[in-house]
Amino acid sequence: MYPLQLTINGKAHETNVDPRVSLLDLLRENLGLTGSKKGCDHGQCGACTVIVNGRRINSCLSLAVSHDGDEVTTIEGMASDDGLSPLQAAFVRHDAFQCGYCTPGQICSATALLEELERGEPSVVTKERVELADEEIRERMSGNLCRCGAYNNIIDAILEVAEARA
Amino acid sequence: MKPFNYSRAADDKAAVTSARGQGARYLGGGTNLIDLMKHEIEQPDALVDVSRLPHEAIEETGDGVRIGAAVTNSALAGDPIIRERYPLLSTALLSGATMQLRNRATTGGNFLQRTRCQYFYDTQRACNKREPGSGCDAVGGLNRFHAILGASEQCIAVHPSDMAVAMVALGAHVETALGEGSGRTLPADALHRLPGDTPHIDHQLRHGELITHVVLPKAAEHQLYRKVRDRSSYAFAVVSIGVAFDLLEGNFMNVRIALGGVAHKPWRAARAEEILEGKAPSPELFAKAADAELAEARGYGHNDFKIPLMRRLIIASFGEMTAKQENAA
Ligand SMILES: Cc1cc2nc3c(=O)[nH]c(=O)nc-3n(C[C@H](O)[C@H](O)[C@H](O)COP(=O)(O)OP(=O)(O)OC[C@H]3O[C@@H](n4cnc5c(N)ncnc54)[C@H](O)[C@@H]3O)c2cc1C
Ligand code: SF4
Ligand code: FES
Ligand code: FES
Repeated sequence: MYPLQLTINGKAHETNVDPRVSLLDLLRENLGLTGSKKGCDHGQCGACTVIVNGRRINSCLSLAVSHDGDEVTTIEGMASDDGLSPLQAAFVRHDAFQCGYCTPGQICSATALLEELERGEPSVVTKERVELADEEIRERMSGNLCRCGAYNNIIDAILEVAEARA
Repeated sequence: MKPFNYSRAADDKAAVTSARGQGARYLGGGTNLIDLMKHEIEQPDALVDVSRLPHEAIEETGDGVRIGAAVTNSALAGDPIIRERYPLLSTALLSGATMQLRNRATTGGNFLQRTRCQYFYDTQRACNKREPGSGCDAVGGLNRFHAILGASEQCIAVHPSDMAVAMVALGAHVETALGEGSGRTLPADALHRLPGDTPHIDHQLRHGELITHVVLPKAAEHQLYRKVRDRSSYAFAVVSIGVAFDLLEGNFMNVRIALGGVAHKPWRAARAEEILEGKAPSPELFAKAADAELAEARGYGHNDFKIPLMRRLIIASFGEMTAKQENAA
């Protein structure tokens, strides 16, 4: 077992882990934060997306032990005392889900995406400068699969929030 | 997953020392290694985490750039110097995987990621790369994604990296460390190897040899990366190409071409380069170069289409790059 210190959704955690435990399993099994979902467990679906030190990653392909000292944000950390986060509210407004299994990953992914847009980080469809468009959001969200096929509404929800921030 | 020890290296020397044991492996972002460990295809008994080594900078060095091996794929792709001077590399990186994966994946780990051959991943099937001497189920099996150049009957797998193709096209060098201050610099196109009779060996590095940096030379004036894939995002290349050259009085100079999705390594198209060098661009010349490069290409059934596809990709890429030139003139 290896000692591990983590800040999760603003709260400090100290624990011991077997080095084989993924960050996803640590969150779900050891800490009871079951919002992050396990779809494929192999980095292919995005259901496990969380934000670590401001960047979205697939928590299933990351060993918990390698995150000593990191700051993690999961879907449980999105809402505040004032209510849902703008993206959460937009997902509800746009009916951007059916079964909801991919939704925590979609919202974590999109939350980090908004920051990437703000920093002007490119995607493969970006020409000179990042422009807010359907194509740009689709490319950046391609790591989050939705078996219910709610894609169109997901894109609408994200675009609405991105445009409101721009 | 098999049990293993985990350690985080403080510096290169400590990393190399910790990785001496036969069962030890370096851990970068883990996006390939952890996946393979879950499948028990890789079974290290010790992981040496090198993702936090102080190799996280992208520095200008005279005409070129030196990139730390721990720089993530997203940091590298988004770096202003790389975007401006090495768009080939930035595009190749951004066309691979997803933002989530690129945020973790490192420059060193990307080079050494293993093949995506489905029989390599399926432990119920014969695969010489996974289990030397067991055979190769891809020859005579489903081999749509497999090699057309430099393969052997023992293995027809391809190297899946987009980044490595770009690095070879740009003439990058890889710097390594291997204990007691020893280390070396090798050209990116000498890093990987062809399968021959030992397909279980992917590359030329020795056990415990650590990639510390990648050095890019002066940027070529004209650069292009093109990737052909089954869907427009989040898919490995069927075939890809990286092209870099200068033009001197309208003639090709310093032409470098690397082909992806066709071989066990990023394939340096040396024959095509030689035909183009010093000549004026023309569609006939591009076709001649493509034909020379692919003269010995062979398919294994499902991947036969890659030969004409690669030919067209070479011709189209040069056509696109030199048409821009004509318009500007
Ligand atoms: C779903 C999915 C889709 C993908 N799509 C693409 C794609 O389209 N194009 C593409 O190019 N890639 C793609 N990838 C692969 C991805 O790019 C690689 O997994 C990643 O680049 C590997 O980097 P890493 O740092 O995570 O490596 P790790 O998984 O940490 O390591 C990989 C190997 O490199 C070794 N290693 C790591 N660092 C060093 C070092 N400094 N020195 C020596 N050895 C080292 C490790 O021991 C291991 O053997 C995809 C991956 C997934 C899961
Ligand atoms: S092509 Fe190579 S990796 Fe694939 S099954 Fe054959 S030996 Fe294994
Ligand atoms: S569960 Fe992590 S990507 Fe599918
Ligand atoms: S809402 Fe069901 S998988 Fe996306």
